[in-house]
Amino acid sequence: MGGGKGNPWLISGFLLVVFLLAWHFFTLRGAFDPRGLTEEQLQMMEFNGDIVRTADGGYVWNPEKEKVKGVPGPLAVMEKAWTELGEAFVKKGTNDHGIAYLVLYTVSRFAAGFLAASVVAIMLGVLLGLNKVLFQAVNPFIQILKPISPLAWMPLLLYTVKDPKWTAVLVVFMAALWPTLATTAFGVNSLRKDYLHVAAILQLSWVKRLYKVILPGAAPTIVNGLRISFGSALVAVVPAEMLLGELGVGYLSWIEWNNLDISGVIFAILVVGVVGVILDSGFNKLAGLVTYQE
Amino acid sequence: MAFLEIDHVSKYFPSHTGDGQVCIFNDVTIKIDKGEFVTTIGHSGCGKTTLLNIIAGLETMSEGGIILSGKEVCGPGLDRMVVFQTFSLMPWMTVFQNIRLAVKAAYPDWDREKIAAHVQKYVDLVGLRGSETKRPTALSGGMKQRVGLARAFSIEPKVLLLDEPFAQIDALTRGVIQEELIQMWNTTRNTVFMVTHDVDEAILLSDRILLMTNGPSARIAEIVDVTIPRPRSRESIIEHPHYYKIRNHIIHFLVRHAKHGPSGDGGPPDQSVSEAPLQVNFGKDVSVLR
Repeated sequence: MGGGKGNPWLISGFLLVVFLLAWHFFTLRGAFDPRGLTEEQLQMMEFNGDIVRTADGGYVWNPEKEKVKGVPGPLAVMEKAWTELGEAFVKKGTNDHGIAYLVLYTVSRFAAGFLAASVVAIMLGVLLGLNKVLFQAVNPFIQILKPISPLAWMPLLLYTVKDPKWTAVLVVFMAALWPTLATTAFGVNSLRKDYLHVAAILQLSWVKRLYKVILPGAAPTIVNGLRISFGSALVAVVPAEMLLGELGVGYLSWIEWNNLDISGVIFAILVVGVVGVILDSGFNKLAGLVTYQE
Repeated sequence: MAFLEIDHVSKYFPSHTGDGQVCIFNDVTIKIDKGEFVTTIGHSGCGKTTLLNIIAGLETMSEGGIILSGKEVCGPGLDRMVVFQTFSLMPWMTVFQNIRLAVKAAYPDWDREKIAAHVQKYVDLVGLRGSETKRPTALSGGMKQRVGLARAFSIEPKVLLLDEPFAQIDALTRGVIQEELIQMWNTTRNTVFMVTHDVDEAILLSDRILLMTNGPSARIAEIVDVTIPRPRSRESIIEHPHYYKIRNHIIHFLVRHAKHGPSGDGGPPDQSVSEAPLQVNFGKDVSVLR
């Protein structure tokens, strides 16, 4: 990394402004210009709904059709966001819940799958890390199962559990399982033998050995695995909601696409990003508590 | 009967080629009295750390047995505490917690206050008062090993096993900690078995020094009595007439065995495996006892 001077926040702000301006001007469409068009052509366009006649006899682009034409600009997205955030806590119907509810559904679905996967993966990982023969026996299966996209499990899961709500949680579970399992086994296995020697001399019970020595000793490696699982689960939760039609931020993006509301789609993408950042910073705080320096 | 008897202990490893075994050391017999400080010196790879780990119960022996105060020992236990070359402090625990882990394990019936007071006593003994809440990363090598010593002494083991305890500490600090170790040992008089490369360290601390030949098939070739009265200090010990006699004797031994090379089959002394170790005592004439 080279040196550098200046305030990074200032540069971030500048980049944002440049991006928004570029977005605004690339998506901008001029006002309707009737020059060069015959009366017949104008009538045809009005009949098709492309333009509407105004009170003073002129024509403007039809605002209803504009919504689905081209990519909406930042102002349209901001307007959509404003409306959505204003109705954040409103439930309009069984499938039309405010954005706050959608975020809550996604976060709780994510948390359930991720926590369950972490507990299972750490327990299995410790077991495999402590027993080399068992690890060698199980490792080929892990290697085959690990690269399978968590979404590939979905039809089978849906068929077996017969409930889209639990299927979505299980997809997150499958996404979060393998990285933690593999790194926990590695971390426990490569724990310095000295620590185990001390535990052996002190005749610690296996429970104490686990909680006082093995888990804290392997914690930095386990946290790295959890971090990878976390990212992978966050990536899996959005398409799982889309495909299963379960209420959440991923679902929001898909329903807005079905409504042909592209501003809504972009807003949903932004919400997914913000939710990811919030979860990630929470995770980093927790990770900081259990890691140590050698 | 001696307090700690290492009785005809041999260690074999499977050889790299897969067929047969390599003998690390063969038929090692050592008798250590209660309160005695015995050190083993040898070149790297002669198996002295393996021997220490076998006494600690961290490695298994191929043949022989170990008897501590009349009972055969099997596996690791609180009666034989190791001070490790690499310190082996838990980096996620503070100084206090590291020692407390050991004290809690050694005295499970004690209440919180009694444990804390006992830990504090040993923290103070190694001069680490004020550093109780620091983690090992924040400590120098010398301070880390002080914690290691405090942890080992705190559980009051029957035998202290020191595995090159000062090898990773800078030379200036090493001398200071060696004298601190002498002081601690003077108050407790634990039985100590140490392995080291450092001849001066061995003479300063030990009652007897065992000289080990090079492996494979290493053995204890000589036992040197350190005929220098205690209390000893680094300054006064070099004035004693036996100091350089002992030192030169040991260094000659080590140089002689270094010339034989790692295979260890270069000279007649290594062939006489079953022969009893040569007893060297500069207080009397050099003579073969036993």
